[in-house]
Amino acid sequence: MTHPTRSRPALQHLARTVILYGLLVAFSALFLVPVLWMISASLQDQQGVFASPYAWIPASPRWDNYATVTTIFPFWRYLANTLLITLSVTAATLLSCSLVAYGFARLRFPGRDVLFALCLSTMMLPGQVTMIPLYVMFARLGWVDTFLPLIVPALFGTPFYIFLLRQFFLTIPQEYDEAALLDGASHLRIYWSIVMPLARPALATVALFTFVGAWNDFFGPLVYINSPQNATLTLGLNMLKAQITGTGLVEWQVLMAGALLVMLPNVAVFLLSQKHFVKGLAVGGLRG
Amino acid sequence: MITLLSSRHRRTLGGYAFIAPWLLGFLLLTLGPMLASVALSFSSWTMLSPPSWVGLVNFERIIADDPLFLRSLWNTAYYVVLAVPLTVGLGLVLALLLNQPLKGMTAFRTIFFLPSVTNMVAVSVLWLWVFNPEFGLLNRALALVGVEGPLWLQSEAWAKPSLVLMSLWGVGGTMMVFLAALQGIPTELYEAADLDGAGSYRKFLHVTLPMISPALFFSVVIGIIGSFQVFTQAFVMTGTAQPGSEGGPNNATLFYVLYLYKKAFQEFKMGYASALAWILFFVVLAFTMIQTRLARRWVHYEGGDR
Repeated sequence: MTHPTRSRPALQHLARTVILYGLLVAFSALFLVPVLWMISASLQDQQGVFASPYAWIPASPRWDNYATVTTIFPFWRYLANTLLITLSVTAATLLSCSLVAYGFARLRFPGRDVLFALCLSTMMLPGQVTMIPLYVMFARLGWVDTFLPLIVPALFGTPFYIFLLRQFFLTIPQEYDEAALLDGASHLRIYWSIVMPLARPALATVALFTFVGAWNDFFGPLVYINSPQNATLTLGLNMLKAQITGTGLVEWQVLMAGALLVMLPNVAVFLLSQKHFVKGLAVGGLRG
Repeated sequence: MITLLSSRHRRTLGGYAFIAPWLLGFLLLTLGPMLASVALSFSSWTMLSPPSWVGLVNFERIIADDPLFLRSLWNTAYYVVLAVPLTVGLGLVLALLLNQPLKGMTAFRTIFFLPSVTNMVAVSVLWLWVFNPEFGLLNRALALVGVEGPLWLQSEAWAKPSLVLMSLWGVGGTMMVFLAALQGIPTELYEAADLDGAGSYRKFLHVTLPMISPALFFSVVIGIIGSFQVFTQAFVMTGTAQPGSEGGPNNATLFYVLYLYKKAFQEFKMGYASALAWILFFVVLAFTMIQTRLARRWVHYEGGDR
């Protein structure tokens, strides 16, 4: 080629950068537009949602849609229910999983490795296989329509989080334990005063995953909760939706405001703590 | 009495004490229910009278005499076959983009990932409005370019593709798994490929792909298991106020787990539903085993066989 070659790599580099940013922005639009559409709808009035051509930014935004939605279904009650369940599940999961993980990571006892393999293998079991007997059992205990079937299982640990914490505990030097044991400390004491404080980043990851998982849970409340006053936000939002598609009693702009309110808390939690999330996912992904 | 035990026994007891929560949970919440579920699958039971043993009748009826079982299996297979490759493909493309040495990647990563952690019921409500044939985002956009969009969720032909489209919005988790894998590739490998004069295509084929093959395998396996259990979006988006209306139109979105749920918790046919659950278990297990077997040919693990 006879073209001057000096500026070509620079030009190529520039073109490449422009194309890459173009793709990133285009994909971002695909992810963001539905959200903007939702926010826009939540601020419309009755005519605005159905108007054509559509005004993305309504002339007079109806902020009171958000107030309306908290009154047409017991939003605050459902929020309190959801928070109670979510926080209990998170606390119970942290406690049970860290204890079990300590046992698997720091103590030597016959059968340990077989049991750990068994623990991991239960991750592959689809929940549908145990769902019906569990329902029958909780029904016999008189726990249906209470929060207990949603909270109590967390006291027994979750295999994936046990695995995650065990991997982290293994990276904490054993010498700490040995020194403490020589000083006469019990394992319970080492667990609580040495390992747990050092494991804070891993515990944060587990807490976040559990919080978001419990917040988003729909199947559990759907199966176990019957009376409206015990519903969670996801269940309540679904009931609200049923009114719009079934009876037309609820309006779309109000439903969108409700959906946004339900989305908001864990989006906020995620944005505030992305670092822990990303780390946890990396560990999760590498286990394959 | 504890002082009479040797230190080895004490250690054993200590170990079991720490793992006791999981061990108890395994016996009470996993193993026990599993065995009960096996027994139930050979029984007829509506929770009103005691269960009665019927042998293989549930399985025979499901396989030979239940058009809805076949329909739900077909719907689920359709969803898995479309959603898994598309999610894995899009997840990989996005991860490759995010792995470029450019500024502002954290912001793009957040945007791509955020939908996948948001509440599925709220997301379903949002997409219900996006898919609205008359006033929804999609058909309004299509109308701008002169195309009359389909009825989406209200159309028997388009209902499943609609849910697949929506599932792509939740690609974030898969993307993050690929991104972590890409960031774990040592740069020396690319430098060595540069020295050999490899272009970007060949570098992708011979360095990137083998290095991320464990993540690819993981995503496909987890994707198949997850897609076989698709439930919430179908339940929320296809039902009306009438219980039992979920899975429409004309059973086009009656996915396997939705069918199982209806049998168990709307019709209270606990034996029949348990049999359905075990069939699902073996179908998913078979897929996972086939995957694992095929993986030996294409998954590359650092440091040889594992």
